Amino acid sequence: MELSRRQFFKLSGAALAGSSMAALGFPAAEAVAEVREFKLSRTTEVRNTCPYCAVACGVIMYSLGDRAQNNRASIMHIEGDADHPVSRGSLCPKGAGLLDFVHSPSRLLYPQYRAPGESGFKRVSWDWATDRIAHLMKEDRDRNFVAKNAQGEDVNRWLTTGMLAASASTNEAGFLTFKTVRSLGILGFDNQARV
Amino acid sequence: MTNNWIDIKNANVILVMGGNTAEAHPVGFKWVIEAKARNKATLIVVDPRFNRTAAVADVYVPLRAGTDIAFLGGVINYLLTKDAIQHEYVKAFTNASFIVKDGFGFSEGLFSGYDSDKREYDHSTWDYELGPDGYVQVDETLQHPRCVFQLMKQHYSRYTPEVVVNVTGSPKDKFLEVCKLIASTAALNRTMTSLYALGWTNHSVGTQNIRCMAIIQLLLGNVGMSGGGLNALRGHSNIQGLTDLGLLSNLMPGYLTLPAAAEPNLATYLAKRTPKPLRPGQLNYWSNYPKFFVSLMKVLYGPAATKENDYGYGWLPKLDRVDHEYDMLRVQDLMVQGKMNGYICQGFNPLQASPNKAKTLAGLGKLKFLVVIDPLATETSAFFENHGEYNPADSSKIMTEVFRLPSICFAEDEGSLTNSSRWLQWHYRGQDPPDEARTDIDIIAALFLRIRELYRKEGGVFPEPILNLHWPYLIPERPMPAELARELNGYAITDVKDPQDPTKVLVKAGQQLATFAQLRDDGSTACGCWIYSGCWTEKGNQMARRETHDPGDRGLVPGWAFSWPANRRILYNRASCDANGKPWDPNRPLIHWNGTKWVGLDVPDYVPTAAPSKDMGPFIMHPEGVGRLFSRAFVKDGPFPEHYEPFETPLGTNPIHPKVVTNPVARVYKDDHSELGNSSEFPYVGTTYRLTELFHYWSKHCLINAILQPQQFVEISEQLAAEKGIVNGGEIIVTSARGRIRAVAVVTKRIKPLTVNGKVIQHVGIPIHWGFTGLTRKGFPANVLTPCVGDANTQTPETKAFLVNVERA
Repeated sequence: MELSRRQFFKLSGAALAGSSMAALGFPAAEAVAEVREFKLSRTTEVRNTCPYCAVACGVIMYSLGDRAQNNRASIMHIEGDADHPVSRGSLCPKGAGLLDFVHSPSRLLYPQYRAPGESGFKRVSWDWATDRIAHLMKEDRDRNFVAKNAQGEDVNRWLTTGMLAASASTNEAGFLTFKTVRSLGILGFDNQARV
Repeated sequence: MTNNWIDIKNANVILVMGGNTAEAHPVGFKWVIEAKARNKATLIVVDPRFNRTAAVADVYVPLRAGTDIAFLGGVINYLLTKDAIQHEYVKAFTNASFIVKDGFGFSEGLFSGYDSDKREYDHSTWDYELGPDGYVQVDETLQHPRCVFQLMKQHYSRYTPEVVVNVTGSPKDKFLEVCKLIASTAALNRTMTSLYALGWTNHSVGTQNIRCMAIIQLLLGNVGMSGGGLNALRGHSNIQGLTDLGLLSNLMPGYLTLPAAAEPNLATYLAKRTPKPLRPGQLNYWSNYPKFFVSLMKVLYGPAATKENDYGYGWLPKLDRVDHEYDMLRVQDLMVQGKMNGYICQGFNPLQASPNKAKTLAGLGKLKFLVVIDPLATETSAFFENHGEYNPADSSKIMTEVFRLPSICFAEDEGSLTNSSRWLQWHYRGQDPPDEARTDIDIIAALFLRIRELYRKEGGVFPEPILNLHWPYLIPERPMPAELARELNGYAITDVKDPQDPTKVLVKAGQQLATFAQLRDDGSTACGCWIYSGCWTEKGNQMARRETHDPGDRGLVPGWAFSWPANRRILYNRASCDANGKPWDPNRPLIHWNGTKWVGLDVPDYVPTAAPSKDMGPFIMHPEGVGRLFSRAFVKDGPFPEHYEPFETPLGTNPIHPKVVTNPVARVYKDDHSELGNSSEFPYVGTTYRLTELFHYWSKHCLINAILQPQQFVEISEQLAAEKGIVNGGEIIVTSARGRIRAVAVVTKRIKPLTVNGKVIQHVGIPIHWGFTGLTRKGFPANVLTPCVGDANTQTPETKAFLVNVERA
């Protein structure tokens, strides 16, 4: 039985009530070949902005996976957001490559630790890493905290540990970083605005 | 940006100098093309290289890297000698008529008050003459020999076209053509916009490069105008936000500053930061400093911040000097001296980004521990690995403990980023973090809570600020972005009452504030960043708004996201109207006075009900109410910008004043000074830049981008190539006093030799992007070559003008 694409859809539409393709007698291969859905039709659309420069073009990310338990959403396409008043759907060569950032083979997947003198990392748990860093920081702070300067004035600062914050992190992450870093008394603190 | 990306379309003249918008901000650059196509705008590019922006410019002028002040000083001289200025604006809206103290002067490269031992100025003469009433004395005729206008005229009279051409190497006819085009925007119905980026900031005179343009735009009446302004095109997606939030060594959120050791209590701290008006009738908005500060302390320390304990003032770390004491270059230097033990790098790759890579490599190796929080395997996190000539580290000798913590990328994150236009745009999570990766918020929270727990259990040194840090989050280990955004906006702790009518409650306890105008200094309000107030009000998340309507077609889109401050789209917009409140140009209306209040397309940058008068100036953040042609003591290297040579000068002299060659107050450490090269050994000017396909050292981890720019190259002129026997596509070695890189030579017509002070100067163009991790071929980051010399005000390194040599490999 030879059917054109149009006839196939007509037939299958007419046969919707109660019958499957197989019951109509179509070869399975033909049915599969004919029904090809629009790739993005079953994705979830989420709005974001490009993380690179400060034009901040709008992007739409399309992910597969319905975010149910044990079903991890994964982005399969990113494109410009035509509603964005600055970018109007455009992306530059960097923005156009965003999907390759999301799925870069260089993405870090779990905490790692490099011991003194070693030439590489080993995998560790979050709990172990957090605990070890917290101890190192506290030890350094307790040992080197400067309560008063040479003139005897209160300075309450910790100079032997510093931090560089990420200019691509959100304002909310940045503010939490500010809160914690300043409460520890750290002064050697910058972001990429300095370079 | 004083203005915003879309507003570029309203300009008549667009000057791209100190940046390469087409390459680095290509989608924003669409609005430059829009201006050219629809507004018949003229695009001018001034740059050492005929770059991608120059390729579509109407006028391109080459200049020697590091001589922008000479060029722009020449423009100022042109405007003043041709009287091509917006006279009413200059008189009413700038400090041109203000009289400067007797004793202020400039001679042979130095302003008054220089101390050569300390390499510092005593700024006492760099200020206005005050009258017996405490206000600045003015001369409305602008004739007083010590009024700002006359001093400025005198200062820039030295920058004749001949001097400009001799220093910059720019062709005289091109320079004059640019002057004429810029001057054309002194007309009421024409504006110029200035687009700049790191091409202006990465110099030992970076701040003064920008100050030059501020002077020019004030003289032309272009500040506050639609299609005008000073527009810094920022590099990272949230570099504006992190700066606004004070994540810099000397800052706190909303451009509040950390206390100095000499300020023992809140009263002394606030007294120094709460200015008094310098002219009658000024709004002097920084007089509200105590409200911003106390409200910030209430967010930081919550109920533990009380009036009795100065709202926790004593818990803040204090600087000996309130400048950039512990900036990145200083920390790098302390590291090499073995004075740093720990370093946390969150989404920051200093091994690639800090100048003088060898110094950073040595410094990191002296740390006890390094924590890298990043979505990608960066060079910094792998600094101890040996990658041959690309990273000559000896792992066995490096005793640093290194932690590499996987954070999420943008696609897995929720929150706001502040773009160059000051727009806070909210974004949402589109996929789950891969494997065990966590958000930066969760990582920071976990670390802090663990440290706090240790202080609770074991005690320790000065635990109060740690134990008392306000942590009101529903799930303490996972603060929600919405919770943090609400803190940034601010909320009422107790009822906030109307100061005019105390029976009227403006904001009920627990409610979100509508604006920073509701902040109080009595502990009744909390606000994490006063300029962000309005971002998450009782009406909800204003940053997530997506209305695209644009009344008046001026590119303001007021219903899209939230623009700080107060959703204002163009800063200083009061200056777009004359003294009577009528727009200078009826065809570019932003706001106007309707007889009872200010109305219009934008949120007025003024008291909405204050009648226009000569008294209250449009620059409401300044205690003098006007724009500063003379910057008083706010800029360390002079109230007027002056040309100083880069620290590595190809001339060996300063043709304008040979006794003072380089910036006399820029800080250079001893070891760094000994690593500066001279022009006999390193005869060419190296300059660094980005390519459109790659983002710093980040997108070389993305396959498409790595394919587009797979391998390191360096650009040189045809003449230099011929002289050195270098062929296009051949290998070359580029050296500086700090290091050596090997790259493919791109021999190009886009770089041309310039004749400067009787000498032929060659530029060597060095894109920054390669390293020893990622998907491209291995390469050398440009910072192998760059010097540790910082701008005198910001300590931003001089990576746009330094000395190199090139040889065939």
